[in-house]
Amino acid sequence: MGNVQTTITAKAHVYGDHIDTDRIIPGKYTKTLDLSTLANHVLEDLDPNFNKEVRQGDILVAGINFGCGSSREQAPLALKQSGVSVVIARDFARIFFRNAINIGLPVLEIADHNIKKGAKLEIDLKSGSVKDLTADITYTATKLPDIMIAILNEGGLVNYLKKNGNYTL
Amino acid sequence: MGQTISEKIISRHVGHKVYAGELVISDVDGAMASDTTGPLTIKAFKEMGGKKVFDPNKCALIIDHAAPSPNERIANLHKMMRDFAKEQGMRLFEIGEGICHQVMVENQYVKPGDIFIGADSHTPTYGALNAFACGVGSTDLAATMMTGKIWLKVPQTIKISCNGKLQDGVTAKDLILFLVGKITVSGATYQAIEFCGEAFEGLSLASRMTIANMSSEMGAKTGIVHPKGLELEYDFSAVTPDEDASYIKTFEFDVSGLEPQVSAPESPDNVHNISNYEGTKINYAFIGTCCNGRLEDLDIAAQILKGKKIHPDVRMVIAPASQSVLLDAMSNGTMKTLIEAGASLITSGCGPCVGTHQGVPADGEVVISAANRNFRGRMGNPNSNIYLGAPSTVAASALEGQISNPKKYLV
Repeated sequence: MGNVQTTITAKAHVYGDHIDTDRIIPGKYTKTLDLSTLANHVLEDLDPNFNKEVRQGDILVAGINFGCGSSREQAPLALKQSGVSVVIARDFARIFFRNAINIGLPVLEIADHNIKKGAKLEIDLKSGSVKDLTADITYTATKLPDIMIAILNEGGLVNYLKKNGNYTL
Repeated sequence: MGQTISEKIISRHVGHKVYAGELVISDVDGAMASDTTGPLTIKAFKEMGGKKVFDPNKCALIIDHAAPSPNERIANLHKMMRDFAKEQGMRLFEIGEGICHQVMVENQYVKPGDIFIGADSHTPTYGALNAFACGVGSTDLAATMMTGKIWLKVPQTIKISCNGKLQDGVTAKDLILFLVGKITVSGATYQAIEFCGEAFEGLSLASRMTIANMSSEMGAKTGIVHPKGLELEYDFSAVTPDEDASYIKTFEFDVSGLEPQVSAPESPDNVHNISNYEGTKINYAFIGTCCNGRLEDLDIAAQILKGKKIHPDVRMVIAPASQSVLLDAMSNGTMKTLIEAGASLITSGCGPCVGTHQGVPADGEVVISAANRNFRGRMGNPNSNIYLGAPSTVAASALEGQISNPKKYLV
């Protein structure tokens, strides 16, 4: 994948179901183009310690319906800027899912994962394989539609369109 | 093979018959962004090589989420939007003109049978008009403004059929809250919803907008109200589903006995009969938003509050959905009634619903709101609690200082 790192080994930060975009980045902080402002407040209403604990490359793991609510692209931007390299969830709200791919933040849907807080994960984005090294279990993520793989391969929709000028299926 | 409304609308746009599950690149009939999503849209548009939007008459920017600007940072983002709109020859709806979804409908940027893409999650509101309307984020919207197209997967459709007429004093908001409670916040993810049946047929356009608006609270890609009974100011040909259309799920409810509904903190699907929460003390009552800030919503509140004063421990904020709604509420006396009752009028726009300004609740306070979301921190303070209800419930609660059933004031 051109601009995206394809293998990642990092620690998992694990949260529950229905994490809405207001909890990922509260509305009062969204009106900015400054990504560091977003990162400073990421997940603050859910876990005020996240910002202190997250390290570059870490993995965010959640349950069902991750990213529901507002369409704010500031939500995946805040996560990416804070250091999160990939988000794994049982499933995603659709706008968040598109937004994440569009800004080049990989998202993996694993319907039956049982990843625990602090687990060390080894991810191969090309194959969608996620090895939980702590629990010694390997999961396979749902395959993305080809157009999303193509967008992610370019590092996001901006580069995809800069290169192609239009969409192709 | 028969088609759903969504399959028919998308088929007409791509030029051949398509069905659920197919990936398509479709032309769109309109696109808009607000001041939450617009600045990032403009940035992405320029970065991806955009020079001119695909059609300036079909694209719009709306300053509604933080209007007027509460600080210099947001003032500068608003300026960026004004400059871009001028440069592109597209319309910018100024502070106070109204909430994006309301002004798109009032100004006919979207019509029956259209595909409309908005950088706001409540874009499915236009399903009230029999349009296929989806919310997206900023970069997707930038791409649509540049290419005039969107890629999408033709959604499967959930059919929600509601039989029976709503009782007097029970409104479209009660009906959609009830449905969100049944379907849940993730029950329609990636899917379209078709709302049909007797309960929807007599609804006004405003009430249909309330219904379609909260499709997004079920995770839906779009939510379309069956056009039977839809009346518009202009002639239109409606898109109806085929008899043998295929649905992923069908729900059927008899809503003739439905009571007013309340969604309790902190998820829109935490919905109960109002009797479960009657007597809960409130500090703050809010009527407005793309869900319930229209004339009929203000009128019903005025009907309850006429000649009375709201409870001394409660403050009440009114944000009309648009300038046009405000003018109508001024000429029919509704606004005077509400202000005489003790309500405070703020600029038409999203106001306190998005927690940026114009009415952030204090720690420990309880809000009764006619909005569509009660996530923790939604109104700007994670230490407050938000209950959602119909405008009638908000007005009755403001009067009594506690969550109250509005029916006794209406029947």
